Amino acid sequence: MVVRRLERDEVDGIFAALADPTRRDIVARVLRQDASVSVLAEHYAMSFAAVQRHVAVLERAGLVRKERRGRERLVRGDVDTIRAATRLLDDYEEIWRGRLDRLDDLLAEPTEGPAR
Amino acid sequence: MTIVSSKQDPEALTFVIVAEFAAPPSRVWQVWADPRQLERWWGPPTWPATFEQHDVVAGGGSRYYMTGPDGEKARGWWRFVSLDEPRYLEFEDGFSDESGRPNPQMPTIRGRVELEEISAGTRMTVTSQFATVEQMEQLVQMGMVEGMTQAMGQIDDVLAAS
Repeated sequence: MVVRRLERDEVDGIFAALADPTRRDIVARVLRQDASVSVLAEHYAMSFAAVQRHVAVLERAGLVRKERRGRERLVRGDVDTIRAATRLLDDYEEIWRGRLDRLDDLLAEPTEGPAR
Repeated sequence: MTIVSSKQDPEALTFVIVAEFAAPPSRVWQVWADPRQLERWWGPPTWPATFEQHDVVAGGGSRYYMTGPDGEKARGWWRFVSLDEPRYLEFEDGFSDESGRPNPQMPTIRGRVELEEISAGTRMTVTSQFATVEQMEQLVQMGMVEGMTQAMGQIDDVLAAS
């Protein structure tokens, strides 16, 4: 699968959306199983309207989508967006893995003078 | 060398990587403190780093550049926040303009390096703290990831041989 690149303001929206523990929990939940806002609201000690606002933030960030299923509108996680967000740190991790690999080669060399 | 663990924390904007080396902390300290050693591993093979200045004292700083495959130069600076040889090193890492002046529009990373003596040698924990999401995104989109394919190939070779 090709992961699309994110625009910078998209990235800001994604991380801001995920900064809230309730929203992280909602994303984790709807990645496992689609759920309506009313079903989601049962899991949190807050009003339906508050949960709806959290879902709206996640929707704007592209982390979840609403899909009509019969009479219901179900919230589902957008896997592509979530993968693209974590890829930022994956790239940085690759930088460090490369550095440590080179560092190890350097440490394997004799410290003084030519090769013994 | 063994990478013990790595942890990405998107909410805290940190990345932590822990590795163990078969060398004592005093030796591992040198690869940070000696600019000639540092520049052999800081940049990827296609973007080698050259440190023009490297004053490893609290409040001291470094000036460096990385040279790309077409000869283009990306300049950067470090500022040492605190030091405890050979155990701890904390510095800010940022980008400079062509004349070597720090560029406040560019990403700044706070790096914390901990060296712990273990029976096998040294356990090194490097924590990278990004200031904002925007800076993290900028950093990754810049040429710093050039050459990573090659570096990853080297790691694969190491893994295949072990």
